[in-house]
Amino acid sequence: MSDSPNPSLAELEALSAQIVERAHDGEQLEAYVARGGETEIRVYEGNVEKFVSAQSEGVGVRIIRGGRTGFAYAGTLDPAAIDEIIAEARDNVTFGTVDEWAGLAEPDGVAVTDQELWNDALAEFATDRKIDLAMELERLALAGDSRIRVDDANYADSWGEQAVTTTTGVRRTGRANGCYLQVSTMADEGDETQTGFGFSVGRNPDDLDVAVAAADGVKRATRLLGATKPASRRLTVVLDPFVTAQFLGIIGSTLNGESVVKGRSLFRDRLGEQVAASGVTLVDDPTNPLAFTATDVDGEGLAARRNVLLEDGILRQFVHSSYSARRAKTVSTGNAVRGGYAGSAGVGCLALQLVPGARMQDEIVAGIDDGLLVESVSGLHSGVNPISGDFSTGASGRLITNGHMGAPVREFTIASTLQRMMLDIAEVGADVDWLPMRAAGVSLVIHDVTMSGS
Amino acid sequence: MIDHDVLERVLATAMRSGGDFAEVYAEDKRSTSASLDDGRVEQVTSGRDRGAGIRVIAGETTGFAHTADLSEHGLREAAEAAAAAARGGNGGANVVALSRRDRHDVNRVERFPSEVSKSDKVALLAGVDNAARSSNGAVVQVSASYGDSHKQVLVANTEGVLAEDSIVRVLARVNVVADGDAGMQTGFQSMGHTVGYEIFDTVDVDELARDAARQAVTKLKARPAPSGTMPVVMKRGSGGVLFHEACGHGLEADLIAKGASVYGGRVGETVASPLVTLVDDGTVAQEWGTLAFDDEGHPTQRNVLIQDGVLTDYMWDYIRARKDGRSLAQEHGRGNGRRESYMHLPMVRMTNTFVLDGPDDEDEIIRSTEHGVYIARLGGGQVNTATGDYVFGMVEAYLIENGEITEPLREGNLIGNGPQTLNDIDMLAGDFAMGGPGTCGKDGQGVPVGTGTPTLRVKALTIGGTAA
Repeated sequence: MSDSPNPSLAELEALSAQIVERAHDGEQLEAYVARGGETEIRVYEGNVEKFVSAQSEGVGVRIIRGGRTGFAYAGTLDPAAIDEIIAEARDNVTFGTVDEWAGLAEPDGVAVTDQELWNDALAEFATDRKIDLAMELERLALAGDSRIRVDDANYADSWGEQAVTTTTGVRRTGRANGCYLQVSTMADEGDETQTGFGFSVGRNPDDLDVAVAAADGVKRATRLLGATKPASRRLTVVLDPFVTAQFLGIIGSTLNGESVVKGRSLFRDRLGEQVAASGVTLVDDPTNPLAFTATDVDGEGLAARRNVLLEDGILRQFVHSSYSARRAKTVSTGNAVRGGYAGSAGVGCLALQLVPGARMQDEIVAGIDDGLLVESVSGLHSGVNPISGDFSTGASGRLITNGHMGAPVREFTIASTLQRMMLDIAEVGADVDWLPMRAAGVSLVIHDVTMSGS
Repeated sequence: MIDHDVLERVLATAMRSGGDFAEVYAEDKRSTSASLDDGRVEQVTSGRDRGAGIRVIAGETTGFAHTADLSEHGLREAAEAAAAAARGGNGGANVVALSRRDRHDVNRVERFPSEVSKSDKVALLAGVDNAARSSNGAVVQVSASYGDSHKQVLVANTEGVLAEDSIVRVLARVNVVADGDAGMQTGFQSMGHTVGYEIFDTVDVDELARDAARQAVTKLKARPAPSGTMPVVMKRGSGGVLFHEACGHGLEADLIAKGASVYGGRVGETVASPLVTLVDDGTVAQEWGTLAFDDEGHPTQRNVLIQDGVLTDYMWDYIRARKDGRSLAQEHGRGNGRRESYMHLPMVRMTNTFVLDGPDDEDEIIRSTEHGVYIARLGGGQVNTATGDYVFGMVEAYLIENGEITEPLREGNLIGNGPQTLNDIDMLAGDFAMGGPGTCGKDGQGVPVGTGTPTLRVKALTIGGTAA
């Protein structure tokens, strides 16, 4: 079952090049061909509850002609299906509106920073060892605290390889693999139940730390036992690194060049202005190998690169694909993103990071009289509007009183606006955590946030 | 899609290494979508997804593999992979005799989207853009999308089930941005139905666009939402997300079995205000969560979950029902096994989940609320089923002062605890309406769901705004 991927990048590259050769005169054509697979093992009460072994492949074709764009995809590399989607994409072109900025990326001479995104040891990792890891994760979590139950313990790995070729001269291939362990936990005390999770992520099975994943799962569930609903007030919050990473994801969406050119970014007219507190420097750097989402190229096949978005609180630049850059009369920042063969490229941040400060979380907490450590948030997708800037989220965590960590609290919200929160950032911690997200975590102190409870 | 005898041979292959149950789920889906933004039709997209997922259950273990190759060779390879993953079961029958299930016709399609020209679909979007922009000068940006899909589905299993269905869905969405002195605000509307293109004869998408524009423009004058606990009135059709999150997920039998729901062991007990009767019904004609068969080949049905406040049953998929010794012939609680696509395992999911009408008058509900919040439109939500704590967003809301709806409020989240909220529903009107189409996420899979409610009041919810 542990079919190790047989990376046939040359075959994918040849196929994408063959498709591009079928472009008609006057057409720009992009062919994105991808293949991937995953193994997913779920353990429950000492048994393998679920074992998923999956492989998929597909192709997406984008054609631009006279400023009009058409797209089609198929979840197969079957030649008949490829014929069909080339014809469909070409037909779809005729229904688009002329857009003077429409066009594919062209090679821009920026050198690719090589990344080690593929690991042979993972590709050859034995199935029995994967099952053992998930079993061990469940055992360790249960052994960590007598109040713990395990909802499920999981091992998963995935691999993907892709080739993108265009009539404009882009020709790139890439492959990556990765694995993770994840445990969902519940802690019971009296009538009360709280939940938690723990994980460990790696490019190599040796990177996986089953003890850390189990211990985090125990800690997250048990730390909320006895939590109460706090009284409403305004106070200083410390976002735990895991929460900060989610917050940065939202900030990143406001710095999206496509939103800017379409008038949807609340920072659209603010280049060069102070939009965050001084001391806040935000970079998007997928060339940093520590980043979970590190990559060598973007979704259009241009080199990924380091971009400074906020420098000491001043808005320096937005992130762009070739399309949004053309409209904004600038150049691509290598920030085209695509979700696989079924979609064409959009714009997004790839690997955000706040430049860290000097103090660890415990030192920061020691200096706060009345505050709140926000350890988890829920409903960010429903309570934050990145266009208006309204920010409201369900949260749980611990109160901070006179420099000490206090009682756990839950069933409350924290609210402000994104604009205010950026200016109200009081400190960035030193405790960088490279989480499996598009942003790195770090403790973040924000003043004057409304906590709504009882 | 796949010959009868091929299916029987594939199922036999799947059972070869000692499975207790095997299933083939195959789909062939064609879709078309179009997106308009910034006044331009940016892209028309055609999609083709075709493949099969094969599930083998042996003892406690489920093995699953999927393939995009629907030839007998491809299917048997996937069957072997799934069987190997599930090895070590008790062994079961490996002679399979399939019998076709009759399909109840829940979604009659008059005009297949494939018969409608792409220019008509694109024109629909141009109309939406125009309607939103011309309705108010404060509208500065409009994006709209159209999507249709036609999915052929086949499910066959070693218990003889052979079900085939053809599912057609259409969806339209519009997002509007308005700009004013205090910054930008947004409005959103959508429609989604399990039916053909004829739905556009009865649903006016331009009206949806004008409504989205109205929301965005209204919010330009909105004040910050209050912070704290107060009565909340939800407009008819808008409160469905509340029930989906506050109790729907917690009534899914797979979560119950793992002790991960606050509603575990409570069948027969009072779990809600006696005003509340909650139903999950996959058979409602044309609704977004409607299916003739669930994704395990069993007919969907109307399942009453809470009757007059008393918990009557959970929602079940086949595996959970089988493990709990519930007979397939059992009338109650089945047809809730769903999956996102052939690449996914089925699990217990909602279809269309709604609350039936109550005794109160909707205007009287507002008149009798001295100070509170009126929510005309909810956003998405999220629940922790083990604690019952949930959160959801309010995207169109107003203050209620002295029994009258007054000023519009900016966006924010609401939070509550499911069991507490169900008991706190103190007024329920008789003006039931379904809400917009939703996508329900669970364990990484999204499926289309419907929700609905009459106007109702919850006597205390926590509003997460910034105002005192």
